[in-house]
Amino acid sequence: MSTSVVVIIGLGLGTYALKAAGPLLLGGRRLPTAVERIAQLLPAALLASLVVVSTVAGDRALVVDARLAGVVAGGVALRLRAPFIVVVAVAVAVTGVVRALLG
Amino acid sequence: MDDRTRRRRIHRQALSISLALAPFGIVFGVACVEAGLGIAEAVGFSAIVFTGSAQFAAVGVLGDGGGALAAIGAGLLLNIRSLAFGVLLAPSLTGRVGTRALLAQLVIDESTAVATVQDEPRWRRYGFLAGGLAVFAVWNLTTVAGVLLASVDDGFITDLGLDAAAPAAFLALLWPRLVGDGGREGRRIAIAGGLVAAAAVPFAPPGIPILLAGLGVLAARTTREVPS
Repeated sequence: MSTSVVVIIGLGLGTYALKAAGPLLLGGRRLPTAVERIAQLLPAALLASLVVVSTVAGDRALVVDARLAGVVAGGVALRLRAPFIVVVAVAVAVTGVVRALLG
Repeated sequence: MDDRTRRRRIHRQALSISLALAPFGIVFGVACVEAGLGIAEAVGFSAIVFTGSAQFAAVGVLGDGGGALAAIGAGLLLNIRSLAFGVLLAPSLTGRVGTRALLAQLVIDESTAVATVQDEPRWRRYGFLAGGLAVFAVWNLTTVAGVLLASVDDGFITDLGLDAAAPAAFLALLWPRLVGDGGREGRRIAIAGGLVAAAAVPFAPPGIPILLAGLGVLAARTTREVPS
């Protein structure tokens, strides 16, 4: 089985277990506060690390290239309260232009 | 408000929230092609995993050459919040075990949002279903569109700068946690997570920096909060 099929099945089962635990097992009871806190905080750390890794990670090294300019431009668009699609479009356009200019 | 007006309002909410995700679905399809996945695998992710952030994280790890465990771990860690959503929604998702098991697959950010904004409890289940089904349809269709778009010509991803689409999408998802009430804590956590990931990239296999960032922040928070 290829790695991606293993990931689809494994992640699919794991994700389903997380989604279904409440409706199937807990009924109306609430989670412990500590677990709720962690569920609230974790996404900020993980999303930030995903931004960093997908922007500057190369083959076992930090690489600064046109992607960084695009992501910074996307950040400026977010600051100006641009909608999701505009943020992504700005990042893509700036990356494309900077890459073309750098040759 | 009569039932018809209420139903129409829920349909509008479900439609607008699912259309807002359309570009994200296209970006996911592009990210799949970039990671070397085909259309069946892309739809496998969107239909079976059906949780945007976990899908992006796992495909990102695969694209960097990471292993299955790192990809699954990154996706699951990002998705722990589904547990809280399921618990929150449980009172509205009643019925036989089989019914509840089917409904559970639709537990995502957007269906939770549409359900919880209904002020009358009896409409929450309807809002959950409308939001969940609308997003499921749009998400899978746009995933296919993204794969087809990116498959036309593989050089076009870097030529057009589409490799910046995923990091920009992550940043847009992160943004609401950095501003407004509670933004200060969000910024501190995000900076810590970003630094841990950047520091780990040169030393750790692909995918591991993301896990380390999550686990590191989790450990720091838990130990600090034990005394209180």
